[in-house]
Order: sequence, then C-alpha cells, then structure tokens
Amino acid sequence: MLETVLFLVFAAICVGGAINLLAQKHPISSALSLIVVMGSLAMVYLLLGAEFVAAIQIIIYAGAIMVLFVFVIMLLNAGEEERSATGSRVAMVLGVPGLLAAAGTIGWVLLRHDPASTPVVIGEFHGTAHAIGRLLFHEFLLPFEVTSVLILIAIMGAVVLARREE
Amino acid sequence: MVPLSWYLLLSAFLFASGVAGFLIRRNIITIFMSIELMLNGVNLAFIAFATVRHSLNGNVFVFFVMVVAAAEAAVGLAIIIAVYRTRETLNVDRVNLLKL
Amino acid sequence: MKLWLIPLLPLAGAAINGLFGRRFSRKLIAAIALAFTAASLLWALVIASRFLSGGQVPIADHVATWLQIGDFRIEYGFLVDQLSMVMMLVVTGVGFLIHIYSVAYMEHEGGYYRYFSYLNLFMFFMLTLVLANNYLLMFVGWEGVGLASYLLIGFFFRRDSAADAGKKAFITNRIGDFGFLIALFLLVKNFGTLQFADLFDKVVKYSPGAEVGVGVLTAIALLMLMGATGKSAQIPLYVWLPDAMEGPTPVSALIHAATMVTAGVYMICRSNAIFSRAPIALTVVAIIGTLTAFFAASIGITQTDIKRVLAYSTVSQLGYMFMAAGVAAYSAAIFHLMTHAFFKGLLFLGAGSVIHGVGGEQDMRKMGGLKKYMPWTFWTMFAATCAISGIPFFAGFYSKDEILWQAFSSPHGSWIFWLVGVITAFMTSFYMFRLLFMTFTGEYRGTIEPAHAGHGSHDDHGHHGTPHESPWMMLGPLVILGILSVVGGYVGVGHRFENFLAPVTPSVLSEPQAAATAGAETAALPAQQSEPASENSGLEDELMAISILCAFSGLGLAWFLYVKRRDLPDKIADSLGGLYTTVLNKYYVDQIYGAAIIRPLINGSRAILWRGIDAGAIDGTLNASAKGAQETGGAFRRLQSGNIRSYAGWVAAGAAVVVIYMVWMGTR
Repeated sequence: MLETVLFLVFAAICVGGAINLLAQKHPISSALSLIVVMGSLAMVYLLLGAEFVAAIQIIIYAGAIMVLFVFVIMLLNAGEEERSATGSRVAMVLGVPGLLAAAGTIGWVLLRHDPASTPVVIGEFHGTAHAIGRLLFHEFLLPFEVTSVLILIAIMGAVVLARREE
Repeated sequence: MVPLSWYLLLSAFLFASGVAGFLIRRNIITIFMSIELMLNGVNLAFIAFATVRHSLNGNVFVFFVMVVAAAEAAVGLAIIIAVYRTRETLNVDRVNLLKL
Repeated sequence: MKLWLIPLLPLAGAAINGLFGRRFSRKLIAAIALAFTAASLLWALVIASRFLSGGQVPIADHVATWLQIGDFRIEYGFLVDQLSMVMMLVVTGVGFLIHIYSVAYMEHEGGYYRYFSYLNLFMFFMLTLVLANNYLLMFVGWEGVGLASYLLIGFFFRRDSAADAGKKAFITNRIGDFGFLIALFLLVKNFGTLQFADLFDKVVKYSPGAEVGVGVLTAIALLMLMGATGKSAQIPLYVWLPDAMEGPTPVSALIHAATMVTAGVYMICRSNAIFSRAPIALTVVAIIGTLTAFFAASIGITQTDIKRVLAYSTVSQLGYMFMAAGVAAYSAAIFHLMTHAFFKGLLFLGAGSVIHGVGGEQDMRKMGGLKKYMPWTFWTMFAATCAISGIPFFAGFYSKDEILWQAFSSPHGSWIFWLVGVITAFMTSFYMFRLLFMTFTGEYRGTIEPAHAGHGSHDDHGHHGTPHESPWMMLGPLVILGILSVVGGYVGVGHRFENFLAPVTPSVLSEPQAAATAGAETAALPAQQSEPASENSGLEDELMAISILCAFSGLGLAWFLYVKRRDLPDKIADSLGGLYTTVLNKYYVDQIYGAAIIRPLINGSRAILWRGIDAGAIDGTLNASAKGAQETGGAFRRLQSGNIRSYAGWVAAGAAVVVIYMVWMGTR
C-alpha cells in the first residue's frame, strides 16, 4: 500500500517535471525541471531496490551532468527561446502524431494485455553496490575498461572542441 | 505491490516526452536535455525488468548507460559551444547550412 | 577478256579528278578525264571487234561473287552480247565526244574538276548498267546514273532552281526505282535468281498457267515499267526532265538525251523474255509510250526556251521507243535509241554552241539570223533536225519508220498506235523546224551588248558582244555527230539490225512459245521474216509514204509560220486562247502533282510525323521521363533540408511505424 502511494507520488513528480521541461521557455528552467525529474527517478529506483543505481543517478546525472548543462547555459548566456519563423512541418505533422501513436499503442498494449502483470515487491531484491561491483569486475570487465577509455576520449574531445581559436 | 506495467508506462511516458521535446523545442541545449530525458526513461525500464527477473545485469547496463551519457554530454556541450561561437545563435533552425 | 576495264577506267578518272582535281590545272583535269574515257572507248572497240569476228558468241566476264546465300547467287559479272555491244558503243562513243565538247564549253566555269569527275562517274555507272549480267548489278548502275544525274543537274548548286531540279530528278527517279525493286524481289521469290542467263532460261521454260502464272509475270513487268517510266521520263514520271535543263548543256546532251534516259528502254528490251509473256504489260507499255510521245510533242510546240523544246522532244522520242517495245519490236526500239543518241546529242550540243555564241541567252524569241554568224553550227543542226523529223535518207527516217511500221503490223500492235505516231511525227517535224527557223533565220532579235560583265540567264557564258561561232573543240563533235546522223541509219536498212539483235531480242513475228528455242534457231528467223515481208511490203511502202508526207508537211508549216509570215504564230496563239495557255503551261501537270501529292505529303509529314510522333511522342516520352526523374529528385531533395527537427521528425515517424508494426505482430 505504501509502495503504491510512494510510487504514484514520485511518478507524478516525474511526469510533472517532464511536462515542465517541455513547457518552459527559458532553458535554465528546463534544466532545473530536468534535475527534478532525475531526483524523483532516483527515488523510483530506490523503490525498485536498486540502491547503487539510485546513488549514482544523483551523483552523476543530477550532480555532474546537469551541473555541466547549467554551466553551459550560463556560459553561453542563453536567453529565452525566440519564436522562429522556420519551424519544421515534418516534425509537427509526421513526428508528433507518429510519436503519440506509438506511445499510445505501447500504453494500450501494456494496460490491456498485461493486467495481471508481475507485481514488484519492495524489499524483494536489492541491487547492492557489492553485488554490482562483483559483476563489473568479473563478467563485465571488458566493457568497464572500454568505458574508461571512452571517458578519456570524451575529455580530450571536449577540450579540443571547446577550445577558443587562438 | 505495484504492477510492472506501471513502471513501464512511466518509462514510456518519459521517453515520449523526450522525443516530443526534441521535435518541439528550438533551443539546442533544450533539445539536448530532451535526449537526456529519453535516456532516463530507458534506464527506468532496465531497472524495472532487472528487479522483476531478479537479475543484476539490468543495473550494470544502466551503469554503462550513465557513463556513456556523461561522455556524450561532455562532448555534445563542447560541440554546442563551438557551434555557438561560429553561428552566434542557439536556434537550431538557423543551423541548417554546412557552410556559413 | 577483261570486260570490267570498260566501266572501271572512267571510275579511275572520276576518283583521280575528284580527290586531287582541286589542285590540278584545267588542262590536266581535262587530260585525265579524256584519257580515261578514250581508253574505255578503245577497249570497248577492241572487245566489240573480237565479238563480231568471233562469230558473235557472247563474251562473259565473271569477276567475283558478290552474294551467295544458299542457292541464291549474285556475281560481279559482265556480259557483251549483241544488245549490250550496241549500248556500250553508243555510251562510250557519244560520251567521249561530249567529253571533248565539254572541255571547251565549261572553260570559264568554276568547279571544272568536279564536273569532269561527275561526268566520268556517270560513265562508270552507265557502263555498269549496260554491261551487267544480272539485275542487281544493273540496279547498281541504275541508281548510280540517277545519282550522277542529280549531281550534274545541280552542278550550279548556288542557284536554287538548279538545286531544286536536281532534287526533283532524284526523287522522281526513286519513285520509279521503288517499282523496279519490288519487281526484283518478285523475281527472286519466283525464280530464285537474278542472273540474266539463268533467269531468262527459267522464264522461257514456264509456260503460262504453269507454276508461275501469267499474273506474276505481268506484275513483274508492270513494276519494271514503273521503274522505266521514272528513268526514261515517261508519263507519269516525266516531270523531272524539263527541269533537268538547269544543268550544263553537255550534261543535257549526254545524260538526258543519249544515255541515261535510254536505260529504261534498254532494261525493257533486256527483259523481253518477261514482257513478251505478259501481253497486258506490253500493251500498257505501248499505250504509255504513245501517249507520252503525243503529249510531249504538243507541249514542245509552244515552248520558247531552246533547251526546253529539246527536252520535250526527248520525252517524245523516248515515247516512240516505248511504243516500239510495247509492240514487241525490241530491235526497232534499240535502233531508234542509237540514232536518237546521235541526232539528239547533236541537237543539244548545237544548242549549247548557240547559247555559248549569243552570250548565255536561251530564249529563242531573242535569237534569229544566227546562220550567218555560226554556219557550222547551223549546218550540223540542220542535219540533226532532218534526222529527227524523219526526212528520208537521214538516220532518223529509218528508225522512226521501222517503229511506225511495227506499231501497225505487229501482232501486239494496232493502227491506233500508228495513227498517233504519225500525227506525232508531223508535230515533231513542225516544232523541230520551228526551232531551227526561229534560231537561225531572219534577223537577229537579241541585243548586241558591249563587252561588259554579262549575266546570261542560265549557264553563264558571259560577256561577248556579237554572236560568234564556237571554238573547234566544240564544233568537232558536232561534225562527227552530224555525219552519224546522216549515215547512222544505214545499219538498219532491210532488217539487218533486227537480225543482228535477234539472238537477244526475238523477232516480233515469232510467237512467245517459239521464242523459247530462238537462241538455237537464229537461222530460222530470216526465213520467217521474209514471208510476211513479201506479203506486206506494199502496205509498208504506203505507210512509209504517209509518214514522209507528214514529215515534209511539218517542215512546210514551220517554214510558212516562221519564215514567210512571222506575224501569224502570235495571232494563232491569241485566237486559241485558253487551250494555248494550258499547253504552254505544260498542262499544269507540275501544279497538279504539287497540289495532289506533294503538298499533302509535306503537310502530313509536318503535322503527323514531325510534330505528332517525333516531337510529341518520341521527344515527349524522353522529356517526360527526364522530367519525371527531375521531379522525383526534387521531391527527395526536400528531405535534405538541413533542419535538424525535420530529420528528427522523420526518424520518429519511421520508428513509430516500426514499433506499431511490431506490437501488432506481437499481439496477434
């Protein structure tokens, strides 16, 4: 019972944040709503028993990536979004309705065909740091090392790209 | 006792919002943020399934997704800065020519 | 026996003059042309003497095989028998004389080397035509003389009228050639060969009603006749010959009097085996010939351009030859062909001499009294005029009289043909002497221009003041032809010519079936002929008297109207009014052809074939497909807009389609 309520509350906050992201004009407001979404998602992860992921969600996603976003917004002094004449008709005519159709279909399927879906019970399963760490350094060692190289490349790339031409 | 399908619905909603944001918004940075929203939606789906199937592979995958998202955010924002320097605008509709 | 030298020597001359003549001097060009033609003439004489002394056995020369398709075989082969010997000598002899004449006549013209190159080329084709031993090689010559004629008629190509005349000649010929070609196809289909020897053997062996019926032979003969009317300027395809006078006068003499136009007659006589077995076709030939003779003579009476009169006269005389062939008197036709080559060639060369002497004028109304300025020209032309009119003891008398007698007495003949022929003879005599008197007697009616840059109406012969005689290089051939016009007829006296040609053209008195064995029974023929000759010789003499009377009456009438009472012709013309105008305008035949055939053809081509099919359908399809590609490309181009959101839109739409599809498949 409590889980359902908690889930609904945090899900509502997620939804609200997502809609707010779309609705706001100033990018900084959108960034802040995104942080809200990420925070509430972390809570949802906790409800699902994924402690480690919830933690790194806050630390990395909300704490590093979004901060980076905010820095860039302030660096570039992005203002309110202006109304531009050239929209994209395709995006409006084809993209959004298509998207709505796809999402609607998935939703309908989920609601219709999986009424007695597997319930998720809090406390039944935990994604502890210990267990994930073990997996990372045993089965997923290669991807782990590769991602560290990837981060190195990303650092170098970011430095090169954002460098001011002297 | 929350049905799995609700988590999946939430995930689908977040993903759809991300796509919608990509299609509707005009500011490059906002578009980028919509991409992050999409990734979050997908992460939720992974975790939900991992919990239901009692497998940690989903969590590990989410870990990698986050790493990649971080790298991507860094490089992407660097590109946005570079584009802003040359085109003087953050309106994605103005950035439609290969050559200035 | 290298027969192939006879056609190929002029071809060599044509090639040398054509390729290199631009850099040669006039003397060198003339020397080359004359040398090769003379060589051809000499070799022809050698061959002819060998033929005559060798018992008149046909000389054949199989040079090479051209085509071999299963049983069907065509070869490059030449044949000298009696018929082709006569033709060969006429062509080379008269051709050589005209070459000599041209050296002086064309002295002041541009394109000297081109002229002689074309003239030699014509000789090559004409000799191929007469010496070929199969129809296909003959057809090569046939087409080739048409080409040479076109080139030479349009020699002064800067003049529109000359270029148009050349085109008219070639196209009209082509219409006839179409018929000839279909005839060749029918021959191949029915007999499987085009070689003369094999073909005529097979034709002779099939009697009417057997495998190859008379119908087929008639069709073949009529189609050949179509070709002959084109080449020999008979009704309905004669319209090109008067216009062909745009060419230089020696060309008119050689091609349109002596040789090319006689190709049709030669072809019919060569094919006598086919024609004799298709009586309907023979009658058609005779009717066309007679009609043409009368028709053309009537136009000739009214014309005032000296060359036009001679052109219509040629058409008329060719009509006589066709009339003879049409009553199966093939040897008479060839006899007249030979004498006609002499006197008509002479008449044209004489006319050229006159035109040259008066500085380019061709209208007879502006001539007159030239007898005292050009005596040699006058006397030779007088001889020729007597010959063509059928005055006794001149060449034309014997040949024309032979034709008239055969027209009357032949089994295929009829008194109608004879009557029209006699009336035409009267008209011929009249208009020829009219030409002679208008040109040479009385006072000179032209203007005596001081020597300045003259502009003669046709071939420019420039700037001479008073009329003068022509140089000896032009007069020489005139004299030689004049002598031949007098004595040339004696070879035909007393059926000698007929007997000579009998192995090739069976005598008209023998039935077609008997002709099947004519080749082996040359000796029997004189016996056959003397019988009916003795019966009808009285009748023959009477008819001869009538034709002599007509000839002299024509002379008398011409003398009366053009020497004695010069005012009368105009009064008569005025009183005849509309009839005279119609005849003067050549019965408006050209206009009728233009309106009925040419204009609809051109308009139809323009509207349907050009605009409708070519521009509309073919170009249209191409343009439409190109436009389609362009439009499709243009449509796809819009995908690449550079607009990121539209790209995203497409991706989203595509992904949506895939997702929905998968969900739908999954839930089935």
